[in-house]
Amino acid sequence: MVSLALGILTALAVQHPTARVLVWGGDAEGGAPFVEADPADPSQVRGFDVEVADRIARGLGRTTRFVQVQWSSIDQSVERGDFALGLSGVEDTPARRARHAATLPYFEFREVLAVRPEEAARIHGLIDLRGRRVATLGATIAYDLLVRARDSTGLIPVSYDDDVHPYGDLVTGRVDAVLLDHIIAQRALRRRGGFGFLILAQPVAVGHYVGVLARADSALRDSVDAVLREAMRDGSLEQIFRRWRVWDPTQGVLFDAVLRSSMTARPAGTAPVVQAIAYLPPLARAAAVTALVSVLSMMLAVLVGLALASGRLYGSGWLRALTTVYIEVIRGTPLLLQLFVIYYGLAGVIRLPAFLAAILGLGLNYAAYEAEIYRGALLAVPRAQLEAGRTLGLSEGQILRLVRGPQALRYALAPMTNDFVALLKDSALVSVITVVELTKQTAIYATNVGSWIVPGALCAVVYLAMSLPLARLARRLEQRWGGRAP
Amino acid sequence: MSALLVIDRLRVRFDSRDVLRALSLEVAAGELVALMAPSGAGKTTALRAVAALQPFDEGRIVVDGFALLPGPVPPEARLVSLRRRVGLVFQGHALFDHLSALDNVTLALRHVLGKSRADADAVAQRLLDSLEVGARASAWPRQLSGGEAQRVAIARALAPDPALLLMDEPTAALDPARRTALGATLRGLCEQGRGLLVATHDAEFARAHADRVLTLGT
Repeated sequence: MVSLALGILTALAVQHPTARVLVWGGDAEGGAPFVEADPADPSQVRGFDVEVADRIARGLGRTTRFVQVQWSSIDQSVERGDFALGLSGVEDTPARRARHAATLPYFEFREVLAVRPEEAARIHGLIDLRGRRVATLGATIAYDLLVRARDSTGLIPVSYDDDVHPYGDLVTGRVDAVLLDHIIAQRALRRRGGFGFLILAQPVAVGHYVGVLARADSALRDSVDAVLREAMRDGSLEQIFRRWRVWDPTQGVLFDAVLRSSMTARPAGTAPVVQAIAYLPPLARAAAVTALVSVLSMMLAVLVGLALASGRLYGSGWLRALTTVYIEVIRGTPLLLQLFVIYYGLAGVIRLPAFLAAILGLGLNYAAYEAEIYRGALLAVPRAQLEAGRTLGLSEGQILRLVRGPQALRYALAPMTNDFVALLKDSALVSVITVVELTKQTAIYATNVGSWIVPGALCAVVYLAMSLPLARLARRLEQRWGGRAP
Repeated sequence: MSALLVIDRLRVRFDSRDVLRALSLEVAAGELVALMAPSGAGKTTALRAVAALQPFDEGRIVVDGFALLPGPVPPEARLVSLRRRVGLVFQGHALFDHLSALDNVTLALRHVLGKSRADADAVAQRLLDSLEVGARASAWPRQLSGGEAQRVAIARALAPDPALLLMDEPTAALDPARRTALGATLRGLCEQGRGLLVATHDAEFARAHADRVLTLGT
């Protein structure tokens, strides 16, 4: 919401550009040492990328203005003109270079593995992680490395939306290794006081950070490249990196190579050429995950919903109160929050696997809505039907099972089907607890190819293929039963 | 001959207004008694009190030795033997919409009397045949005509073989020919030794078919 508002404001600003201001975008949530909110003045940002942006602006004779943007959306935002330059640990990939105007590389990072200390003697690389869970940030070179290693070595990639939780989950044993940029790994280790995990010395791959500009902005990109070269030559870039303690000899080697060859691009050697066809199998897999999560969650929601509705209608006073509180609390708080609480909040008590936590979160949330549907449907069964059951000598339980339940089901089926369609789409939220489902896979795909058009259309088609038949079924049921009360 | 049903000075109040006051009547086995009154005079309330669907404030109801007393309706567990003695045909029939005509009748046979599916089907089919609606056994309630639905409802009420059958406004939706046929059907039930209490505002029907006519509010 905030970034949307900022985006709109900035887009307005870009329409009336003040040539003296370089508007640049980054993700302060990514944190130090890249970009973070300044503890002394949270309205300001600081970090080496902030200083690189300042240095570039100075070289261009401009001042800077920062725009907050979600890290995975930097490419899309720069292309639609939210800001002129994206800088925030942006990786150099062939796809990014093909779709946008990327600057020359200004920092060399190593993809390093972090493992628990007791396993450090056994694990020396991805090859030793067969069948184990390896975490990383979604839509990164590291994620691509893991996906390819899945096919060759049989490890299990686990995608996160942030770079803090992977290390927490490594320490608690939810994952067995984390593959991320050495800067992020070292920062995580510092935060833990140097304990909890070890960083393997041998990097899995090497990559570079670049700035990204809109494709049409190649002239500005060339000016930025010139400033970066100058900053490498005059030592100001080295000073920035030293100040943030990320300088090491490999940066000097990179600077020399850049200045000597006047190279513009040296993308990470391991990144693949992105092709749509290569994303079809993961998309199919993700669609299956979406379908499976939705079906299992709905089954749980129906069972728990029935129990809740029965408790609310037939239970004693305290049971009625309890079920009412459950329903109101669940319906009154965001599903996203509930997923976080179940997965991360409860981790100290019970460490649920992500898939199970996703089903529990969705299922228990939708159970509250199902319960209200069932309660309404049970109440809609005419009293004469229940009394007819009583005069025949049926017990209350038999009346519920043989008369009231089956009749209520007819009222409930159409709204239940609608709920299932809604759940199918809400299942996209479980990506926040590392389950890669259809929407998440699409986002990864879109980030890698640098466009939402094809991935978005593909994703929509798959969702529609799942939800349209259900919506039609709901309409048919409604026509058959909805208008005609018994 | 002892009475199958005794209602003794029955009083029912809704919101401190008397709906029924001091209603007394008896129905003997093999007897058809019509309870006449204009709409809203408490006929239905009287039947509901006898069927233990409705609490009453004063008086006493005895059905074949089973006594109901003033105060709240007892829990179903204590009404088991009453339910075997009394059948009720609702005014709108209240057939179970989700069950076929046959299964409306087999429900009590299977789940209350514990008969097997095959036995229940046979008994229910015989009941429907005897009421001349056997050919419609597999129809859904919404596919039945008013007269057919009524006979299925009678069959359902007769399934537990009650000695006393209560009927609420049975002629409400019937044409004259159907009314005569219904009268014959009810006489047939009396000949089986059952007692019938029929609430109606149809004076002609009452005079033509009832052994006795009781008029409420006089």
